[in-house]
Amino acid sequence: MADLKLTDVGKTYGGKVEVLKNINLDIKTGELIVFVGPSGCGKSTLLRMIAGLEKITGGTLEIDGQVVNDVPPSERGIAMVFQSYALYPHMTVYDNMSFALKIAKKSKEEIDEGVQRAARILQLDQLLDRLPKELSGGQRQRVAIGRAIVRDPKVYLFDEPLSNLDAALRVATRIEIAQLKEAMPNSTMIYVTHDQVEAMTLADKIVVLANKGIAQVGSPLELYETPDNEFVAQFIGSPSMNLLAGEITGPGDETQVTLKGGGMATSAIPTQTADKGRDVNVGIRPEDFTVLEGEGAAIYEGKVDYLEALGEVTLLYFEADSGANPVIAKLPGIHGDLRGRTVKLTADPARVHMFSNGNSMRG
Amino acid sequence: MHPALQAVLTVGIGVSSAIAYFYLANMFLDKVLFPPRGANAGRNINRANMIRPWVFLFPALFALCLYLAYPVVETIRLSLTDRVPGGYEWAGAENYVALTKDPKFWEALRNNFFWLLVVPGLSTAFGLIIAQLTDRLSWGNIAKSIIFMPMAISFVGASVIFKLVYDYRPAGEEQIGILNAAYLALGGSEPQAWLTIPGLNSFLLMIVLIWIQTGFAMVILSAALRGIPEETIEAAIVDGANPFQIFFKIKVPQIMPTIMVVWTTITIVVLKIFDIVFAMTNGQWGTQVLANYMYDKLFRANDWGMGSAAAMVIMLLVLPILVWNVRQARKEMR
Repeated sequence: MADLKLTDVGKTYGGKVEVLKNINLDIKTGELIVFVGPSGCGKSTLLRMIAGLEKITGGTLEIDGQVVNDVPPSERGIAMVFQSYALYPHMTVYDNMSFALKIAKKSKEEIDEGVQRAARILQLDQLLDRLPKELSGGQRQRVAIGRAIVRDPKVYLFDEPLSNLDAALRVATRIEIAQLKEAMPNSTMIYVTHDQVEAMTLADKIVVLANKGIAQVGSPLELYETPDNEFVAQFIGSPSMNLLAGEITGPGDETQVTLKGGGMATSAIPTQTADKGRDVNVGIRPEDFTVLEGEGAAIYEGKVDYLEALGEVTLLYFEADSGANPVIAKLPGIHGDLRGRTVKLTADPARVHMFSNGNSMRG
Repeated sequence: MHPALQAVLTVGIGVSSAIAYFYLANMFLDKVLFPPRGANAGRNINRANMIRPWVFLFPALFALCLYLAYPVVETIRLSLTDRVPGGYEWAGAENYVALTKDPKFWEALRNNFFWLLVVPGLSTAFGLIIAQLTDRLSWGNIAKSIIFMPMAISFVGASVIFKLVYDYRPAGEEQIGILNAAYLALGGSEPQAWLTIPGLNSFLLMIVLIWIQTGFAMVILSAALRGIPEETIEAAIVDGANPFQIFFKIKVPQIMPTIMVVWTTITIVVLKIFDIVFAMTNGQWGTQVLANYMYDKLFRANDWGMGSAAAMVIMLLVLPILVWNVRQARKEMR
């Protein structure tokens, strides 16, 4: 039961280096929020500010309506799972998990009950008297989560908790975290990652951070389908969205854009007559391209330079001027014969995005 | 010949003969003894590789035996003999028995034990506290350099300094010892000859060694503290631990192996302590320690038998701690 409210939160180091500014965010009880962004965007810093490990240098942070800017971490009702697990190496699993309760001077029975409960949830019963060095990576991660559960916090903070695990374990642990969330519908979770698959699969709401601020907040599919700006459009989805420069030549309920490369694109986004002649970037996801057979106006026409066959899909990389990003198309199925050939691409107008000055022209 | 030139020449001859030894021994092994040719080429290579480490180790092993192993054996032999005009006479355990009957020996053993209780503990504790306190300070490194500086002073030099600190002048004269000066300024009735007060004087001598060893402990422990993963400390902060709990329950246990290595290293120094006592009181007024006792017997009384027996006692006391220390340090490295 905890709502978080961030108002104009900012972080400046030494009064000079600004890493975050004007962060406004409302987090409701029971939500799982994921902060994503490229490395160095300040997502971990923001999490650490919520935890109380970094000082908030601007704005206010409220938990349940109470401003906690100057409240020490242990009194904020938060628990944190660190990237490196941060288990106390000299303590057994049991002692690691009971440490916070011991510090809080809880009774022996209460401590034991809390630890046993968390151990059951995470299947750590058998490991309670082991030292961290005797555990595998996945087990250590579970102990780190257990240490958080034992404290019964209002808000769980996860700082890239899966990045030290190998690929198979990462998927398994990701599902465990999702199940854990379902088992505790009243706890709020904030999760930091640079991995968009984690973000898309776990999040109720994703916060994309870029350029010291929030680029967009929304559900995973909102971000995928209606990105507010080019940054989010390219950050979410893999391979990232193709951006093609052009000029509006046919405004109206559907907009016609003449592309620099010679193609014509139609977007379902309506525009005004005054928009005619405006420079825009047309954005199309690789998976939204379809091959145009025979005659007709293509959005893009080019020679397939390189091809990656993944079985379920085939990625086509088209020839590009050196230094420019190649156009990429993702076609379902196997198309091994397309390499070296000239292919025409088109797309459903509803799936054609339009950006002006980096921002979406969707109303 | 000019002495400097002589020195250069000596170094030159020494280094080049060392190089020549390794080069020629290696060549002899490969070309003459086990040449990788003929019917047994493979076997010869294996054999040469088995012998090579020993060839290279030989000079060091030889020197070690000559200067370490042989003296031990010789000391054992001396401790079992008496020196009589014109030679030696087998004495059996007599020297050791005489040792146990000498009250001075027991005094030395008791004092050594007293030193052992006080000095390693206090040096390690001070070193740890200073390392922790200076960790986050902007001028911490300057403070640490100053505290480390006594390490550069020889024990005898430090003893001379502290002899001045504890200096005694008869009442009425100007006190040049800062301890007496402070004592009088704080209302002491008359100047004290500090180094002659039994019990206290041993402690005053220990302060000299603590003053020197604290810097050593601080440097090692400071590095160990820096090696503690920052996230474990942050996790403890989130768990609600206060600074004292973080220090004692999170930091200290994590560097415990290093603390033990520092503690035992200083323990060994203490067991061998000689210079400070020799230079400051020479074992008078109840400050005798084993090493100084040994020196007294060996070189003052010329009783080689008892002196050697005392040396053996010191070695037996140091040995187990030394073995433990080396093992612990090796575990650290792994």
